[in-house]
Amino acid sequence: MSGSVERTAGQTAEQKRRGAFSSRRVFILAAIGSAVGLGNIWRFPYVAYENGGGAFVVPYLVALLTAGIPFLLLDYAIGHRHRGSAPLSFARLRRGIEGLGWWQVGICAVIAVYYAAVIAWAVRYTFFSLDEAWGEDPEGFFFGEFLQAGDVEITTDVVAGVLVPLLVVWLAVLAIMALGVQRGIGATSVVFIPVLVLAFAALVVQALFLDGAGEGLDALFTPDWSALSSASVWAAAFGQIFFSLSIGFGIMITYASYVGRREDMIGSGLVVGFSNSGFELLAGIGVFAALGFMAQTGGVPVDEVASDGIGLAFIAFPTIISEAPAGALIGVLFFGSLVIAGITSLVSVLEVVISAVRDKLDTGRLTATLVVTVPVAVISLVLFSTTSGIYVLDVVDHFVNQYGILVVALVSMLVVAWVLRSLTDLSGHLNVHGRPRIGAGWRVLVSLVAPVGLALVLGFALKDDLEAAYEGYPDWLLLVFGWGLVVVLPVVGFLVARLPWRAGTHLDGPPPGSDPAAPLHAPAGGPADAGSEGGTR
Amino acid sequence: MSASAIVMMLVAMLVIWGGLGLAVVSLIRHGAVEERAEHRRDL
Repeated sequence: MSGSVERTAGQTAEQKRRGAFSSRRVFILAAIGSAVGLGNIWRFPYVAYENGGGAFVVPYLVALLTAGIPFLLLDYAIGHRHRGSAPLSFARLRRGIEGLGWWQVGICAVIAVYYAAVIAWAVRYTFFSLDEAWGEDPEGFFFGEFLQAGDVEITTDVVAGVLVPLLVVWLAVLAIMALGVQRGIGATSVVFIPVLVLAFAALVVQALFLDGAGEGLDALFTPDWSALSSASVWAAAFGQIFFSLSIGFGIMITYASYVGRREDMIGSGLVVGFSNSGFELLAGIGVFAALGFMAQTGGVPVDEVASDGIGLAFIAFPTIISEAPAGALIGVLFFGSLVIAGITSLVSVLEVVISAVRDKLDTGRLTATLVVTVPVAVISLVLFSTTSGIYVLDVVDHFVNQYGILVVALVSMLVVAWVLRSLTDLSGHLNVHGRPRIGAGWRVLVSLVAPVGLALVLGFALKDDLEAAYEGYPDWLLLVFGWGLVVVLPVVGFLVARLPWRAGTHLDGPPPGSDPAAPLHAPAGGPADAGSEGGTR
Repeated sequence: MSASAIVMMLVAMLVIWGGLGLAVVSLIRHGAVEERAEHRRDL
């Protein structure tokens, strides 16, 4: 019998209870869907441009190979070996560190709240592109007519133009999550990822034929070799790889737990890591070709139009769309790509929370989906469909990324490597069916190089935020939605970890039936067919 | 575009997209070997 049988008809009881991807291909597409998000499109091009241009390739590749992919494999090993959501996997590693998993779950819940808002904006702008609704002033339109952003304060003034698309996004995501791991997340990825690649490739081709595209690419790729001696450039490379790969905050642990126990997780990790970077490179080419056109049209150098994030997507691109031939097509492709990339990332973030709730409380898929998604959606609608939404979003995004994801990733990596000393067991697990094999080199990268890289990123971020208030926002806003939030999340995480697991949950080490070296078809009730009922708490 | 920019663009494409191609080929070939081995064990 082939391995594919296990992936279909021969699913274990535990796989049926928790859900599972039907094949390695579906898992890889789902993982790529999670990794490829808004940051690949609107963050990477500017980070590369600002940090040495073509020379940035060097620290970027070093960061990918020495920290990004090794850390990705660590997440895979934890989830695949322990067959659980982030909290359950950490609890099975050592009961006392379950709180790390809930900390990651909390971060994912917060990210989902604001990530959906950006997707909703992109949905709206996909349609705005058709008639260039922003007119002659894209910036004034975005902040004024569209978001109706006023002073920096919390208001309850609802913006219907944001509320409606945000509601649509949440209903779509609710439907995907309710359908489950394979029929929801898996099927969405199988359809959306090829569409995303094709749509963005079409956008790049279109952008490359614009006047001035060469100047844009020249600005992006001309190397500034002196940048390689700057620690901040190396920190930018490690930060870009880290934030882009969806590592260290539960997503890849959760997804790996849905993969058949005999799959090659090392080879899959290499494909996911290089796919993510491959898409970033494609985005860089498309975005800077378009910015070159914008610069030439405006008669200014590229550095005057280069931007990232919200400024790039909702101000620079509308300007390009207004001036370029077939601008509406560019707009639909660009904002459509943002929507697809955003949705596949949003479902992965939500799955971390849903999976954790299901594991802890033993609820059905639909119940867990409703229990998680409805409150998150309501908070999202309340916070981000008002005139104060963009300020809260900006602060939460900055602090949760810099001091939420980064710190929990660093702490969990150090705990697993240095306190539990589990790296040998984890590499042994991956090596049973994985190629190329990993060994001492991987352990050194995960225990030393990656933590040093992340600490560098954290240090630079901390220095900037302590020197000056982020973006000049008032202290109360930064304290409540910034520093306050990042302090509360680990506290809540370790408090939730004190709640009991559902009766019968196996907590001491990998669950029965998870050994990748065990026979594929053990007798009924044997190890390969066992659920999670043995070795209970 | 300057020559150095073209070279760096090609290097980035070669390494990243080439790396992706190699990773895919390696995964497929190893998957096929595993399937054959599994088949032999089951016979």
